[in-house]
Amino acid sequence: MTAQAAHLIGCRTCGRVWPEGTPTCGRCGARLRAIRDGHSLQAVWAWLLAGMVCYVPANLYPMLNTSTLLDKTTNTVIGGAVELWQGGNYGVAAIVFVASVMIPIGKFIAIGWLALAIGHQNIPGRHRHLRLLHIVEFIGRWSMVDVFVVAILSALVQLGVVATIEPGPAAASFALSVAFTMLSAQSFDPRTIWTTRTP
Amino acid sequence: MMAAHPTLSNTRPEQLIACPFCDALHLRARVKVGQRARCSRCHTVLMAPRAGSYLQVITLSLSVVILMGSAVFFPFLTIAVAGVSRTTSVYEVAFAYSDGILQPLSFVVLAVIMLVPTLRAALLIYAIWPLAHGRPPFARATTALRLAETARPWSMAEVFVFGTSVALVKIAGLATVSLGPAFWAFCGLVLLLTLNEHAICKWTLWQDLEDSARP
Repeated sequence: MTAQAAHLIGCRTCGRVWPEGTPTCGRCGARLRAIRDGHSLQAVWAWLLAGMVCYVPANLYPMLNTSTLLDKTTNTVIGGAVELWQGGNYGVAAIVFVASVMIPIGKFIAIGWLALAIGHQNIPGRHRHLRLLHIVEFIGRWSMVDVFVVAILSALVQLGVVATIEPGPAAASFALSVAFTMLSAQSFDPRTIWTTRTP
Repeated sequence: MMAAHPTLSNTRPEQLIACPFCDALHLRARVKVGQRARCSRCHTVLMAPRAGSYLQVITLSLSVVILMGSAVFFPFLTIAVAGVSRTTSVYEVAFAYSDGILQPLSFVVLAVIMLVPTLRAALLIYAIWPLAHGRPPFARATTALRLAETARPWSMAEVFVFGTSVALVKIAGLATVSLGPAFWAFCGLVLLLTLNEHAICKWTLWQDLEDSARP
């Protein structure tokens, strides 16, 4: 039996149960949300869209500007991974590529799919979808790795004419994209996975 | 597994808990140390209390605060190439983004790698300290704990350490890099933060907070 069927509302933060219509949880103070208030799904789509929009300039603009005695180069997110690959660091190149390309895009697809599939799933599908949401939430933060790499490199490599690394504008939009996608995943109410759509 | 009760609708709400992942109702029960309570519907682990967990959380959180204090300003990494060398601290790493349009990103980086983990540790100490000593919780302990929960996904110290190793590989071929004390402090921090994460059983903690607040 679900809380909703019993005309109760469960707190997503602490688990305490309250009568339907209670605005905030009396135990932990969190706002109580009914499953079917539609607000959750709107927020998911809004954050997801914002995340996808920010991901475009994150890939078009340079992430790193490197200047040495001899030349100046700029690197995009993908360019950085390619450079590592060409330098023979296959493992690290793969990690950077997974963290900054595959995980963000995978998350866009996963969240969109989860949101569209609400109410259309059989029981094993619901278990799979819940697991997918757990994975998306767990993995979200790890996409930030490239933003930190750029910060470390540009703080460290400040050697005047010998070599200087400056961060590029893509770093900001990349960080925003990661943050928006995390907010999108957090707004996703997993309880909706278990609802059946009423016509 | 927690039993899904046939007559749950006749039970008073305070004797029930609802799974946050699938809304299944369960009778509220005290789970023994070492046992795990899973949701009967979606099988997510809801409770898994551990022995001596409160004292452990306090010790770990205090260590996090102290270690973070030393990790901020001590040398983090030193680079040397062609007779020129440069040492940087974690604080300077965050402020690598301090030019023009990227400036807000400096504060974001500073927040997620240092402020949020420290704040979370402090909030946990505040919420749990009286419980570990068998006293009623401090005022607004529930707000502190809820804030700590909200901040959890935004604590990214471990991602930062991972980023450091990637950065090291990137410049290893171009220059000589040496690791400073702050680097090792951060590695220690990641260990402490991870242990802390696993020492807390959230729902048991909420129940204990509620029970000990009653006179």
